[in-house]
Amino acid sequence: MGRIVLEKVTKSFGDVEVIPPLDLTIEDGEFAVFVGPSGCGKSTLLRLIAGLEDVTSGEIDIDGQDATEVPPAKRGLAMVFQSYALYPHMSVRKNIAFPLRMAKLDQAEQNRRVEQAAAVLNLTDYLDRRPGQLSGGQRQRVAIGRAIVREPAAFLFDEPLSNLDAALRVGMRLEISELHERLKTTMIYVTHDQVEAMTMADKIVVLRAGNIEQVGSPLELYRSPRNLFVAGFIGSPKMNFIEGGEAGTHGAHAIGVRPEHIAVSESDGPWSGVVGVSEHLGSDTFFHVHETGLAETITVRADGEVGFRHGDRIHMTPRADAIHKFDADGLRIA
Amino acid sequence: MARAVTSQRKTINTVIAWGVGLLIFFPILWTILTSFKTEAQAINDPPLFLFFDWTLENYSVVQERSDYMRFLWNSVIIAGGSTILGTIIAVPAAWSMAFVPSKRTKDILLWMLSTKMLPAVGVLYPIYLLFIQLGLLDTRIGLVIVLMLINLPIIVWMLYTYFKEIPGEILEAARMDGAGLRDEILYVLTPMAVPGIASTILLNLILAWNEAFWTLNLTAANAGPLTAFIASYSSPEGLFFAKLSAASTMAIAPILILGWFSQKQLVRGLTFGAVK
Repeated sequence: MGRIVLEKVTKSFGDVEVIPPLDLTIEDGEFAVFVGPSGCGKSTLLRLIAGLEDVTSGEIDIDGQDATEVPPAKRGLAMVFQSYALYPHMSVRKNIAFPLRMAKLDQAEQNRRVEQAAAVLNLTDYLDRRPGQLSGGQRQRVAIGRAIVREPAAFLFDEPLSNLDAALRVGMRLEISELHERLKTTMIYVTHDQVEAMTMADKIVVLRAGNIEQVGSPLELYRSPRNLFVAGFIGSPKMNFIEGGEAGTHGAHAIGVRPEHIAVSESDGPWSGVVGVSEHLGSDTFFHVHETGLAETITVRADGEVGFRHGDRIHMTPRADAIHKFDADGLRIA
Repeated sequence: MARAVTSQRKTINTVIAWGVGLLIFFPILWTILTSFKTEAQAINDPPLFLFFDWTLENYSVVQERSDYMRFLWNSVIIAGGSTILGTIIAVPAAWSMAFVPSKRTKDILLWMLSTKMLPAVGVLYPIYLLFIQLGLLDTRIGLVIVLMLINLPIIVWMLYTYFKEIPGEILEAARMDGAGLRDEILYVLTPMAVPGIASTILLNLILAWNEAFWTLNLTAANAGPLTAFIASYSSPEGLFFAKLSAASTMAIAPILILGWFSQKQLVRGLTFGAVK
């Protein structure tokens, strides 16, 4: 069981308040992702939950118990660090067994659980190696193994994939999602990568400057971003923002349209512009369009391969039901 | 960019390095050579370098006249004891300063080091009186305590710099894995810091072994280590250079051999932190 409730939690380092009063509930079994630009306080928030930092005020409940003053060792949470933080002087087997050894489990039970975790994570052949003899992906799996053997109330992941190369990152992302499917244990995952957030999360918590900007499922955030920040942060490539007269015709201070919600054509469409850079990914093509009179650049996504070239003038049509409207404060107009 | 070094320049550098090295080593070499001379040859003018009648007589006389093994044993206990005691006290101190620093940590470190700037003779009198009152004069335990205190700042400083290099996340991982403070220091920090702790112990062993001021002033017949053994040969009956040299050679031999075999760790200890 791992329901985690934060009530009016704040954190200050000296005079600097990094987390203003914040309330958040993470349900048992949920995969919650904290996402935001660097310095938004997402890692600090995770460390507060872990107990590695003390809250300045407020309360943290884990499973209905007030854990605010409980030391990290006693919170029953497991953490996976960005740097893996493996014990370099121990074999993989001893690394994974360490939390069990600390819990004073008997040797047979320790071995059983280590073997089981190793089998799940494809580490059986590496149990007697040292972390220094493993690749980055294997090291991260050892770190995950160390976390799962003790059957924690919740897993905390602090940007666990940032040190891996792109291909490995996609693979590990899937492995972690599968792990969550199998274990059904609460997971809190910190990342600055919105793709990781979108693909893995049940619930995304978007943070900026210690404030929660929006909480919701990936698609809720994608479809109804509460403000300009969330609108710009979720989705790739970024949503196009248009201010001024065009926005005024929709009765808004600013409007936003995602690149995938704009159709391109040689001759038809209310908007027009000149193609700058085009990115051909095979499955889709991104055009960066200039001289539109709307914004400096409008990014447009087209399905498959579309043969516009640099300098071509094209026309664009935004999908009427996919135009997001925002007021002068940057808040969504329903 | 690497500086271009011509072969001529290299030769000159090598010659200078050897020159400086020999200059530093010369007193030790001379002591060793003199220990094999007769007393007359030892004060010969001009001095004799290699061509004299080599003799082991001084060593047998020294061994007969005083109990080398007792002094050696005292040295081992005093140097070893003070180093071990100091390390046991310094590991937690350095841990807390490296991993849970406060606003005052830097000041405390500097303050500890500043005690090394005080001339030892300045506190000789109070410590001597304390030793009389506590009955510690001329005891090995007394010297263990004094030398531990003398070297403690250096032990703490060295361990602190080593611990600083250990990533804090690994210790946090241990905490998340359910390790208490004791487990964290015992099973994670210490094994990772073993090379650093080893060179710290080694350096302090040497410092304690060679320490002469306190050992000479606070001991007499019972607890005197090898420094007292050497000093006993520069006694009122006049200087016997050859015997003094033999005693010195016997006194420095153990630590010289230890130092020779652990050069690597020592150099790392002395230059630690200078380059990443």
